[in-house]
Amino acid sequence: MNEIKKISMIVNGKSYSFEVDIRESLLEVLRNRLHFTGVKQGCSVGECGACTVLIDGTAVNSCIYLAVWADGKKITTIEGVSKDNELSGVQKAFIEEGAVQCGFCTPGLVLTTTALVESGRKYSDEEIKREISGHLCRCTGYNKIFNAVKKAIDKKQTGSN
Amino acid sequence: MFDIVNIEKPETVEDALKMLSRNPNLKIIAGGTDVLIRMHNGTILGVELLSLRSIAGLNEIRILDDGTISIGAMATFAEIFRNEIINGHLPVLSEAAVSVGGPQIRNMATIGGNICNGAVSADSATTLLVYDAALKLISNEGTRTVQIRDFYAGPGRVNLLPGEILTEILISKDSYHEATGCYIKHSSRKAMDIAMLGVSVICRAEEGRFSDVRIALGVAAPIPIRCNEAENYAIGRDITAETLKEIGKHAVKSSKARDSWRASKAYREHLIEILVSRALKEAVIRGGGVNIE
Repeated sequence: MNEIKKISMIVNGKSYSFEVDIRESLLEVLRNRLHFTGVKQGCSVGECGACTVLIDGTAVNSCIYLAVWADGKKITTIEGVSKDNELSGVQKAFIEEGAVQCGFCTPGLVLTTTALVESGRKYSDEEIKREISGHLCRCTGYNKIFNAVKKAIDKKQTGSN
Repeated sequence: MFDIVNIEKPETVEDALKMLSRNPNLKIIAGGTDVLIRMHNGTILGVELLSLRSIAGLNEIRILDDGTISIGAMATFAEIFRNEIINGHLPVLSEAAVSVGGPQIRNMATIGGNICNGAVSADSATTLLVYDAALKLISNEGTRTVQIRDFYAGPGRVNLLPGEILTEILISKDSYHEATGCYIKHSSRKAMDIAMLGVSVICRAEEGRFSDVRIALGVAAPIPIRCNEAENYAIGRDITAETLKEIGKHAVKSSKARDSWRASKAYREHLIEILVSRALKEAVIRGGGVNIE
């Protein structure tokens, strides 16, 4: 008995209405059905953060989020971060700080950072480290990522973005 | 894909209760950060789910007229640690909430799920124990309120009866008023880890003496526990470094720590002694006025 449910969601500003298998995760639907392959599958158990997307602006691990829960939600994947062929401030900060190596963790980190920037809050260095702790990077050693996140938040705070 | 055969998404508690009574096989899912992992690992199969995510208002955090703080079972840990009521009156719960998993997990995982899951390592459980939290359980038969200390039945088991849903966690003003506390989570990593030991304390002092001390431990016994011997020892004693040390030693007596791959029994007992004393010292300092050395 493979139950099918119809869901509607907005992904990166575009509306989608389609049937999903109730067994599917949001990760599977985004990658395999809608082909947003910037959403990466890593650990599948919510520990590595590679599959992070924004659901109504909040960072969530899409591997442990059921597709049927996404009904009526607004989803942002890495494909929806740049606007009119212009990279976002967060993306630019990651490039400027050299915070990308193999790139597998990057989409998730950019989305988490986007949520931090959009929150309009100030974050201490310790808080920044805490807020990106749900992402594993096996290349950079995190310093460059930390610098990029800090830069993106500072740019937004000073309005130089 | 998860091995799900059916999922119900009621929009009201009443509908959820009807569905539960019609189909006792339904497994309640809240944030999903535990249930879906177990399904991914294949420890539960062919599951019929009752998702509480579509019920509006079940995440509400408010103060009632008598000062009781009500936390909706579906409040996420991110919502809890950013909430003004919690930060203002139950700061130890904020500390516990922000220690759970990582940010994305805290955006999904709920306090109700954390408790009903029955994990001995649940970061919120020890803190709810020191605040003497009451759990509001609703079923078609009516509502009952259970003290959290009576809720844990064994490892991974809680006294949630078939047909019941946890809707609210209640903490009375007597429990938090003028008390200060501290939560220490000891784990190998600073984030994305499960506690090797969790220590939660609150205390009140009068004229340099403890008038109230409450200590709870996670991962020190099959279920989260209060340390009655240590609490009884503490009350009425002068707050000195010596007293704090002795309280730590007494706390070990309430524990039933065991060897696991995460830590040995001996190490856990060492942690209990040291961390109870350390947490209590911090709680006293936060209360202000007492100089311990």
